[in-house]
Amino acid sequence: MSVDVVAERPRTVPQAVARRAQEDPLWLRVTLIVAALAVIGILVIVPVANVFVEALREGLGTYFANLFGDPDTRHAVLLTLTVVPIALVANTVFGIAAAWTIARFRFPGRTLLTALIDLPFSVSPVVAGLMFVLIFGLQGYLGPFLRRDGYAVMPYLIALVAVVVAVVSFLLLRPVGRKARQGLWGRTWIVLPLLAVTVFAVVLLPQLYLEVWPRNESLKIIFATPGLVLATAFVTFPFVARELIPTMEALGADEELAAVSLGASGWQMFRDVTIPNIKWGLAYGIILCNARAMGEFGAVYVVSGHIAGQTDTMPLRIEKLFQEYNLPGAFAVASVLTLLALVTLVAKIQLERRVPSTAKLFREETHERPQ
Amino acid sequence: MSISIKNVSKRFGDYVALDNVSLEVPDGALLGLLGPSGSGKTTLLRIIAGLELADSGSVLHEGEDISDYSARDRKVGFVFQHYALFRHMTVAENIGYALKVRKAPKAQIRERVDELLKLIRLEGLQARYPGQLSGGQRQRVALARALAAKPRLLLLDEPFGALDAKVRQELRQWLRRLHEEIHVTSIFVTHDQEEAFEVADRVAVMNQARIEQIGTPAEVYDHPATPFVYQFLGNVNLFHGRIHKGRLRLGEAEVRVAEHAAVHDSPAVAYVRPHEIKVRALPDGVPTIAAIVRHVNAAGPVVHVELERKDDGGRFAVELSKEESRELALEPSTQVFVELKNVRVFAEDYSI
Repeated sequence: MSVDVVAERPRTVPQAVARRAQEDPLWLRVTLIVAALAVIGILVIVPVANVFVEALREGLGTYFANLFGDPDTRHAVLLTLTVVPIALVANTVFGIAAAWTIARFRFPGRTLLTALIDLPFSVSPVVAGLMFVLIFGLQGYLGPFLRRDGYAVMPYLIALVAVVVAVVSFLLLRPVGRKARQGLWGRTWIVLPLLAVTVFAVVLLPQLYLEVWPRNESLKIIFATPGLVLATAFVTFPFVARELIPTMEALGADEELAAVSLGASGWQMFRDVTIPNIKWGLAYGIILCNARAMGEFGAVYVVSGHIAGQTDTMPLRIEKLFQEYNLPGAFAVASVLTLLALVTLVAKIQLERRVPSTAKLFREETHERPQ
Repeated sequence: MSISIKNVSKRFGDYVALDNVSLEVPDGALLGLLGPSGSGKTTLLRIIAGLELADSGSVLHEGEDISDYSARDRKVGFVFQHYALFRHMTVAENIGYALKVRKAPKAQIRERVDELLKLIRLEGLQARYPGQLSGGQRQRVALARALAAKPRLLLLDEPFGALDAKVRQELRQWLRRLHEEIHVTSIFVTHDQEEAFEVADRVAVMNQARIEQIGTPAEVYDHPATPFVYQFLGNVNLFHGRIHKGRLRLGEAEVRVAEHAAVHDSPAVAYVRPHEIKVRALPDGVPTIAAIVRHVNAAGPVVHVELERKDDGGRFAVELSKEESRELALEPSTQVFVELKNVRVFAEDYSI
C-alpha cells in the first residue's frame, strides 16, 4: 500500500512538492526517529522483556514450579481455558449473525443496532461487571429468584435454545427445488410454528417430569463461572461483528445473489460463498477477541468475587499473587499472558497480509465500475 | 421458452420501481430492455429471475405461472452487472457451481464445464481465479456460469456496462452470434441505445417504471410512440409552434401534420431528428424556416451544424453529409433555409 503511493507520487504530484515532502532537515528527521524509538522502547519493549526476565530470574525449574506447582494458579489457568472458549464460540455466532443482519438488511433501528454493538467498547469494564451484578446478584433484580429456585429456568432456557437451533436449521437446510419442497417443506408458515412448539415441548417436558435439575436450590451466576462467561462475552462482543460488518458491506450481496440464482440453498450459499469470503476477517476478529478475553480484568474482577481456587482467572490470579508479594509467581503467570499477546501479534500480522489482498480485489473492481 | 409478464408492480417504500408493467417475449427472442437509470429495468429483470418479489402481477413461462417459484425452479440464467463471480473459486468451479449445488456427478460437471469453456473460447483458463482475468474474460465466464444448468431463459443486467469501448464492441457481436448458436430466449438490460439496437431483435423502452414502447429496433427508432422515446433514442430537435386543423405553424413556415387534423389552434411541439432536416441556400418555393449558421463541426463522417432560427432565436442541430456541406459552403453567420422532412407532433403536448 505505502509502496504504491510512493511509486505513484511522481505522476500525480508536481516534482517540487514531492521533493519538499521528502527533504525535511536531517536534524528533524533524526530527532523524530530517535524520539519514536525511545518512547516505544521505554513504554513497550523494556516492560515486556522485563516480564520474562523477572519470571525466569530464579531459573526454569522455579518458573515451572510457580506455574504448575500452586493448585490455585493451576485452577486459574484451567478456569480461563474454560471461560474463554465459551465466550469465543458465543461471540463468533452472535458476531456473524449481527454482521449479516446489519450488512444485508435495511430496517428501522439499523443505525441504533450498529451503535449498540460498539457499546461494550465504550463502557468501562468495571461498569459492565456491575451491570451483571445488578441483574443477577443477590440484591439484583433476578437475585432472590435465582437464590430460591434458580434451576427452574434451566429447562425453559435449554428448550428455547433448541427452538432457535431447530428454526435456523430448518430455514438453512430446506431443499430449494420446487419438487423437493412439496409436502411439509413447502408449507413454511404452518410447519415453522409447529416445529417450534414441538421442539419446545419435546425438550422441555422430559426435563420437567424427570426432574433433571435440582429443586429449590440456588443457581449461582455472580461469583461463579456463568458470571465470568457473561462478563467476558459482553466485553469482547464487538470484535467479531466489527471486523465482519465492513468486510461484508464491501463484498456486497451480489455473489450471494448469484449463488441463489444458480440454485443454491441458503446453507449452500452460506458455506460456498459467504464463509470463504469472510474467513480471514472472521479469523482476525476471533484472534483479537481471544486476546482480549484471556486478558480481561475489570468486568471479571467485579463478578468473580475473587475466590481463590474457584473464580480466579489468570489476570485475577496475577493480581492476587502480586498483592501477596509473590513476584516470581505473578510474573510467571504474566509471562504466559504476554506470550499469548506476542502470538496474537504475529498471527494478526500474518492475517493482515491476507485481508488486504481481498481488499485490493475490491478496489480493482470498484475502479472498473463507471458509476 | 416464451415468457410473459402481466401487470407487475413493485415499490420500494415510497419509490415506485415498476408500475403495472406487462411484456411478452416470444420463444428464442433476444430482447433489449432499454431505459435511463432508475427506470425500473433492473428491477424487472430481477423479478423475472426470482431474485426480487413483485408486489402484484405475475410472471408466466409458456403459460405456466412461475411467480411463486424459487430462483432454482425458474431455470433462469442471470448475468450480473459486475459479473459477481465467486472470487475464491476457479473459472471451472465458477462455471460448474450450478451443477454442483444440484449434486450432479463430477464427471458430468467436468464435461459440461469443458463444453462451455469451448463455447466462450477460454479453454485452458479453467484453473485461473476471477482476479486473474480481464474484464471481457470475466464477463464471458459469468455468461458460461449462467448457462451451465441449461436455463430456459437468459437474463443479462447491463452485460457490457463495466467494459471499455473496444471490448464492449467485440462482446456485443459475440453475444449476438452466441444467441444465434444456442438460441435461448434472452433479455438484456442496457441504457445504451446503440447497444440495444445492435444486439437485440426486439427492444422495450422503459421510463419511470413503465414500458413506453416495444418493437424492433427499426420500428422504435423510426416511429417513436412517445416524446420520451423520441428524445431517448438519439438526438432530436424541438420546434415550438401552433397547430391548427392539421397544419403546424412554425414562424414563417407551415408543415402539414395529417394525424392532428381535428385540433384547433393550440400550442404544439414538433420533434425532428438532425439528419431529417434539409438545408437549402434559397427557399426554392417549399415551406422552409429561415436560420443563421452559428457553428460548423466537420470532424467525423457527418458534418454537425448548429443553426439559430431567425424568427424566435431557437437553436437546433442539423447533420449533413460532407458533400452537401461543401455545396452549401456553410460558414458561421451564413443565412440558410431549412426544410423539415420528417416531423412528429405529439398529442400530449397540447391536449393538457
